[in-house]
Amino acid sequence: MLSVLSKGFKPAANSTVAAATTVTSTRLASTNDVNFTVQSYKLHKLDNGPKTSVTLNRTDALDFYRKMQVIRRMESAAGNLYKEKKIRGFCHLYSGQEACAVGMKAAMTEGDAVITAYRCHGWTYLLGSTTTQILAELTGRIAGNVYGKGGSMHMYEKNFYGGNGIVGAQQPLGAGVAFAMKYRNQKNVCLTLYGDGAANQGQLFEATNMAKLWGLPVIFICENNGFGMGTPIERASASTDYYTRGDYVPGIWVDGMDILAVREALRWSKEYCDAGKGPLMLEMATYRYHGHSMSDPGTSYRTRDEIQNVRKTRDPITGFKDRVVTSGLVTEDELKEIDKDVRKEVEEAVKIATTDGVLPPEALYADIYANTATQEIRGATIDETVKQPFKTTTEVLKSIGRL
Amino acid sequence: MRPVSVIFGRFLGRCSSLQASRQLATGSTCTIRDALNQALDEEIRRDPNVFLMGEEVAQYDGAYKVSKGLWKKHGDSRIWDTPITEMGFAGIAVGAAFAGLRPVCEFMTFNFSMQAIDQIINSAAKTYYMSAGKVTCPIVFRGPNGAAAGVAAQHSQDFSAWFAHCPGLKVVTPYNAEEAKGLLKASIRDDNPVVFLENEILYGQPFPFSDEAKSEDFVLPIGKAHVERVGKHVTIVTYSRGMEFSLEAAKELASIGVEAEVINLRTLRPFDFETIKKSIMKTNHLVTVETGWPFAGIGAEIIAQVIESEAFDYLDAPPYRVTGVDVPMPYTQTLEAAALPTTAHVVKTVKKSLHIQ
Repeated sequence: MLSVLSKGFKPAANSTVAAATTVTSTRLASTNDVNFTVQSYKLHKLDNGPKTSVTLNRTDALDFYRKMQVIRRMESAAGNLYKEKKIRGFCHLYSGQEACAVGMKAAMTEGDAVITAYRCHGWTYLLGSTTTQILAELTGRIAGNVYGKGGSMHMYEKNFYGGNGIVGAQQPLGAGVAFAMKYRNQKNVCLTLYGDGAANQGQLFEATNMAKLWGLPVIFICENNGFGMGTPIERASASTDYYTRGDYVPGIWVDGMDILAVREALRWSKEYCDAGKGPLMLEMATYRYHGHSMSDPGTSYRTRDEIQNVRKTRDPITGFKDRVVTSGLVTEDELKEIDKDVRKEVEEAVKIATTDGVLPPEALYADIYANTATQEIRGATIDETVKQPFKTTTEVLKSIGRL
Repeated sequence: MRPVSVIFGRFLGRCSSLQASRQLATGSTCTIRDALNQALDEEIRRDPNVFLMGEEVAQYDGAYKVSKGLWKKHGDSRIWDTPITEMGFAGIAVGAAFAGLRPVCEFMTFNFSMQAIDQIINSAAKTYYMSAGKVTCPIVFRGPNGAAAGVAAQHSQDFSAWFAHCPGLKVVTPYNAEEAKGLLKASIRDDNPVVFLENEILYGQPFPFSDEAKSEDFVLPIGKAHVERVGKHVTIVTYSRGMEFSLEAAKELASIGVEAEVINLRTLRPFDFETIKKSIMKTNHLVTVETGWPFAGIGAEIIAQVIESEAFDYLDAPPYRVTGVDVPMPYTQTLEAAALPTTAHVVKTVKKSLHIQ
């Protein structure tokens, strides 16, 4: 199965490649910023692309490290809570893919939107939720992002349209958000994420076609983690060059384990879309450490060695840490301090997520329709039919003093 | 197949006070097609967030000419032709609604909406609930629905029960021109996903059209049934084209002294059960009429609700259903006619309920 990996990370045929772990860095004389070289991008129908020489400042270095660590720790906590049976149903973890979300978020500007599939905890955090809100959503508590009504796959923030459970449905939805941006003459983009599995849905083709026809500011982003559930990309995709599969839509292959490459690719892509040239199709070559979901140990279709090898050689957090420390941008102690903070933050979040209350039964009937008269809701039997006691969860929360 | 020439050329009626009408010798009339066109025109003008999207809605003037003239009037930014890609454009429309616009998403016919039903059910209908009210989805999915003429099984069916099954959707089924206009305007102004089921056969039919209905402010409430004809012997509950058979049947029944109360549902979700219940407690007899399939259909739901309610004690006979025949629609004319309910079925069923030989 290592072939899957090498395929995912195959460098461009005619480009010089600097492996992430041996990346060069130069401290700039005038500032405290440091120059790094990232792995070459592969381009599809583009004459030029993002720079391989990127600059990082100290503040961002600390911020990126913290965010990636928060996601890693939060997902570990979620995995543990699941094993303790405190999280029910679905739970898809993002561990291993942190550089993708944190790197993309770093390039976003006010008003940009994101929509993704079910592996959404990290994005929900980056778009404004606290770790408590996310873990408490997973445990179905009131402190949750949607107070326990959505669970693992359905969390929302301003400009974050979920958390979508039907693989591929988010592709036209994201194009629709971008449609609204164009309609309003907004200079924004909608990052529309999907996995290598969803890359084979017909909806991607449909959405790509209209996005190109109408010049929508949408960036389709395939997070290629090598597997759609347990099916390696070669067994699912006739072409595994996902960045080229928009055909007439230009594409970029990005080392999704390198946050700096991701940030630069997104920064460049945003500029491209802002100039009215969108859409684009990006492929982030990445890896997930856990199984597809918590019910998948993730070892029947790949070896433990493969996972260990990625952890050792390409881990997005370890790799980043080495670079920023070696370059002198931050100190090891500063990062240790962050680790300590993050551990504490997640521990506290777990505490709330496991002790907070759950919505009262009346919430079952809330949020059926927006701005509509009170409805009669049929219960399991005619005798349990009720007039909505509260029309919205907000009203429920107010009634119990939680808002 | 896109059977675009089947129906729209058949009736050429326009809103006019001069035109001879099947229903009115004098007075103002309007076809369903023109009533819908008016509603779209007015709402697109009224709210910059409203736009129309669908196959052939712009330059072709609409496959069934419902959007005739709108592109010329409102331009590319408001009237969007899409490729033939239902799941894609339905998803784009839903995404645009999440982001605050008010799309009117036309399916050339609801037969094609099955390609997009995941976006309607899983994305549009549920997101408000799943997000605990954080994300709204103000969208109208509209287009012709119901049995058409001579187009065989894939293009001739009623999807009312499919959509009415799902909580979170509003399902609107207008019959006449005033309802078409007033309810479409209400649907576009509604903050929820609305499935608006027009009847393909009725598009060209002229109906009485009051001065009030001509106004830009004419809006009918979603979720309210309308007692179309007051009676005391039997309650006929129906919607959309079922109204045609039911009203004709009521007329015929009146000639033998039976006064049927005809309830036009207008909306299937939210469902106005109170109006039905009240009527049954007066007439003690119930017949439901629909053109869709019987199994798990609208009539089945109505009767189940009646049986579970206090109205059951008022029934003097079992409630009966008049429905489409439980088969896919055949092509040839004789068999097609045999697959659909008629006025005669309604008359016969009412007589059965009332024990009239």
